[in-house]
Amino acid sequence: MPTVELRFSAVPAHVRTARLIASTVGRRSGLDESLVDEVRLAVGEACARAVGVQQAHGVTEEVVVTFADDEGTFAVTVADHGQAEAEADLADLIDAAAGLDGTLPIGFGLAVIAGLVDDLEVTSNGDGTVVRMCWPLLVPSSSS
Amino acid sequence: MDLSLETRTEGDRTIVVVGGEIDVYTAPKLREQLIDLVSSGAYHLVVDMENVDFLDSTGLGVLVGGLKRVRAHEGSLRLVCTQERILKIFRITGLTKVFPIHASVDEAVAATE
Repeated sequence: MPTVELRFSAVPAHVRTARLIASTVGRRSGLDESLVDEVRLAVGEACARAVGVQQAHGVTEEVVVTFADDEGTFAVTVADHGQAEAEADLADLIDAAAGLDGTLPIGFGLAVIAGLVDDLEVTSNGDGTVVRMCWPLLVPSSSS
Repeated sequence: MDLSLETRTEGDRTIVVVGGEIDVYTAPKLREQLIDLVSSGAYHLVVDMENVDFLDSTGLGVLVGGLKRVRAHEGSLRLVCTQERILKIFRITGLTKVFPIHASVDEAVAATE
């Protein structure tokens, strides 16, 4: 069961809110302080990506983020209703960036998450994409 | 908007001091600033990121876009950053190979192209 769920309109202004909640709930769940920055960045990237794919396709549904501390794991899911981008390799994306076409492709955010998070699952179906990220909790949760 | 921008010149270099959070919401403001500078003829930029609390891939995209613009005028874009949490995202993405990253503004200004 999620301990905290956040739904927000797919606009950039709310991504910061999601990051702040990620840090706060992560700390509350017993996340090691050294991982808080990583969680904040990964959740921010996942939410920015969700907003990006929905805006690119004119989808107005809310982005849904869940935070759960289960069995020694802090799990975050970010679900969108946009069309999944093609998988891209970070090295290819960097080449594209180095080619300096001006903007980084939308798959870049997902590639950053993959570089950041060891325990990552990305599942896409016709309705959208769910990015699930997990981090180990070092101390027993006090907030469940 | 939780992003601050200040610019000053030192010789032929333009220093952009960025503070706060560069993310999907605030990055357009930085993009506009870099475009304005290049449009006004500032082709050697030093972006001081020592007061940046957060940087995401959208912000990286804006910096890459800035680099593209100054290079079109044979200019340069150098970064100043010593914060490990900001440097980490440059390392993960391999952009440490694309941007010269300096430990201080003085070092960046003194660097020759």
